[in-house]
Amino acid sequence: MKNNKKASPWKSLRVGLIALLCMVVLAYGFQITRVDLQELRSESRQASLIRVIRALAKPDILEHDQVEEVVNLPIYVPCPEDGSIPSGPEQDKSEPYLAVSPTCASPGDVVQVEGFNFAPYTEGPLRFVPGSDPDNIVTLGRDNAETDADGHFIVDMELPNRPSDDVQYIRATLRRNVGAPHLTQTAHDTWDKIVETVFMALLATVFGTMLAIPLSFIAARNLMAPVRSPLASISLSVLGWPIGIVVGYMAVRWVGGLSASIGSTIWINVASVVISPVLIAFGLSWALPQVETTTSPSIQLRLARIGVLILAVLVGFYGLFQLASLAINSGGMLEETLGSFGFVGYFLFQLGDIVAIITPALGALAVGGTLSSVLGRIGQRSSEKMPVSGLKILNIILATVTGATVLGLLGQLVEWMYQIGQPMYTLWIPLSVGGASGFLLALFTKAKDALPIGMVIYYITRTFLNALRSVEALVMAIVFVIAVGIGPFAGVLALGLHTIVSLAKLYSEQVESIMTGPLEAVAATGANRLQTIVYAVVPQIIPPYISYTMYRWDINVRMSTIIGFVGGGGIGFLLQQNINLLNYRGASAQMLAIAVVVATMDYISSVLRERTI
Amino acid sequence: MLQIRNLTKIYEGGVKALDNVSFEVADNQFLAVIGLSGSGKSTLLRCINRLIEPTEGQILWNGEDITAASQDEMRRIRRKIGMVFQHFNLVHRSKVITNVLAGRLGYVNPAWSLVNRFPKEDVEKAILQLQRVGIAEKAYQRADELSGGQQQRVGIARALMQDPEMILADEPVASLDPVLAHSIMTYLEDINKKDGVTVLCSLHFLDLVHRYADRAIALNEGKLVFDGLPEQIDDEKFKEIYGRDAERVG
Repeated sequence: MKNNKKASPWKSLRVGLIALLCMVVLAYGFQITRVDLQELRSESRQASLIRVIRALAKPDILEHDQVEEVVNLPIYVPCPEDGSIPSGPEQDKSEPYLAVSPTCASPGDVVQVEGFNFAPYTEGPLRFVPGSDPDNIVTLGRDNAETDADGHFIVDMELPNRPSDDVQYIRATLRRNVGAPHLTQTAHDTWDKIVETVFMALLATVFGTMLAIPLSFIAARNLMAPVRSPLASISLSVLGWPIGIVVGYMAVRWVGGLSASIGSTIWINVASVVISPVLIAFGLSWALPQVETTTSPSIQLRLARIGVLILAVLVGFYGLFQLASLAINSGGMLEETLGSFGFVGYFLFQLGDIVAIITPALGALAVGGTLSSVLGRIGQRSSEKMPVSGLKILNIILATVTGATVLGLLGQLVEWMYQIGQPMYTLWIPLSVGGASGFLLALFTKAKDALPIGMVIYYITRTFLNALRSVEALVMAIVFVIAVGIGPFAGVLALGLHTIVSLAKLYSEQVESIMTGPLEAVAATGANRLQTIVYAVVPQIIPPYISYTMYRWDINVRMSTIIGFVGGGGIGFLLQQNINLLNYRGASAQMLAIAVVVATMDYISSVLRERTI
Repeated sequence: MLQIRNLTKIYEGGVKALDNVSFEVADNQFLAVIGLSGSGKSTLLRCINRLIEPTEGQILWNGEDITAASQDEMRRIRRKIGMVFQHFNLVHRSKVITNVLAGRLGYVNPAWSLVNRFPKEDVEKAILQLQRVGIAEKAYQRADELSGGQQQRVGIARALMQDPEMILADEPVASLDPVLAHSIMTYLEDINKKDGVTVLCSLHFLDLVHRYADRAIALNEGKLVFDGLPEQIDDEKFKEIYGRDAERVG
């Protein structure tokens, strides 16, 4: 014990060695990252650095209209061979004019150029115009002229190496600002793009949040851990998904065809959109009575209710299709008639298009989910009521079929992606392996045991979220640019997907940290799982959800400013273009816009966060 | 009639919270459950409505086996058993009325309740229950704006919304001061006597047991160590229940 207090030589040696090791690592880091200040000292670097910084300091936002006074003065370079000294031209002394001495010189000589009668306090380039054409737009040289209060200037100018027998010219272009300053083209472009950027972030955040919320519930351990079902119920509900998706997709497609054949004139659309919700409301209120009677309803009544529910859902999808058609029709019309508010029509049109595209998917998922939960309940019931031996056989059959189906579908997915073309590997082996593992699972679990399916779903979801979250939005954008083309839509999709996966994780951690008291209180009233979530979980997670959404909104605004670098739209595209064109004043305007927007959004979201919590 | 037969609960990790507990509760009885913290009172009450799954044993209520009930049957059984908690377990950010209406979740159609639609009679009933516990004017305030005593009254109103035939009260007054404790206990007594609801109530203070309970049972380390009238708890019994070193307070 005492030895520990004394500094043993071994211990000091160890500390020394660790310090040495750290130094070596750092030294290697210098080598790898090529730390080199020599480069900074080189004059050409410094000159361009200064130039860029000065350009950045003058963002290209405001400019004046300018008027120019352009005067050409002939000059001979070199002097004519006959030795004659050309006289200056006749010049109108009431107008701005130039004088040069001498009037001819050899290339490389310095001549003195004087200007008279220009507007006072103006400046502009003083250039050598090669060739004998005074209107030639090619000019040489770097000199600048600046007039004094009398509109007079004197500049020493070095003649370039452009000898010619013909007359050449010296041109002074003096510019002065007139009128009030106004926004440059760059500023207008920047404004357009920054608006695009903000809306990219907005859309990505809104859609990302909407999809992240349901995901976050199945990625929360405390909600999923108690979810246990007997094998029969699990198998049936797993089988219900693919069957339901196919049936639902076909049913909704059929409804879509029906809706299209009924007609797409606006009046039919309006009538359908108004009537179908009424029908649905009637159907629902009959089929779903507000209070459950204590006695179970008769079979006939139940079947009738189910029938009415299915009809109501079909009517609902019909209504959705008609709504989409209405939005597309009226949107197209409005876009033409509204003029500068045409974007409302565009919005309606696109919204209708989105609804029309999403509806079949929605229907497929809804029917899949419903069928899965109905079959799951049937499985649950039969597990409770059937004798163990019969149940065992049922379990074995169902689990085998389910395992084969799941792995078979996965195999087909692999086949589709990698095009292996060998059904042996992508169909038969997965089918038999899946069937066998289902069979074994059913064989070795007790027939009535409730299996922790919730945790299985939890782990699958978590893995999926973590995997996708590790892919940066910038990388996703590259994929989406290929899928939907260069532009802000690709950026929205990339940011949206990244928002979904990262928010789902953050949200689910909040769900995991809620107070359990209300949960058990609501469960004790006889509420089912979904009711418990809505009444005990949701109210508790609203504040953290809002705060995380704001946080994500901040991130999305920042990300959307650079996602244009890979073609994802927004201001990044403009910024990158200007940097590549060495137009640093333009780039500076865009950087300024980004800074302003990010700071403003930061401020707004912090204010909102304070308000809501 | 509630019959508990050989009820045992062993938690994961091997802690034996209940050890072969058997007793019966007649309808309309006010039964106090006493014992030290950690003696298994909460576990016992939660096993009765299966918020906690018992490891072994049977719970029969009016002849129906609660321990063997399916999920759907459990929903029907639970809605007849109100529960009141030590920490009230209200949803803080919801309105008082929403918390009270949550008591109807076992009755209403799940599909409608998910979008917060309750039948009109239920809303009226919720106001009536709040009137009964004397805080009808707080109905549209947020639950966490209420004081502790008021929150527990909301908890009682929530249990009453279930039209309960039995109320499980898990130390309903342990986080309240003595004056409030009596007021809350009076409500429970009132529900027991007027509405004929069976009450199982775990309590810490013996004077509350003496004053309100028809009968008491005591648990010590998961075992039933006393079953009788409150008056029968003399100093000897007291030491048996609470241990040799315990002293009576209050």
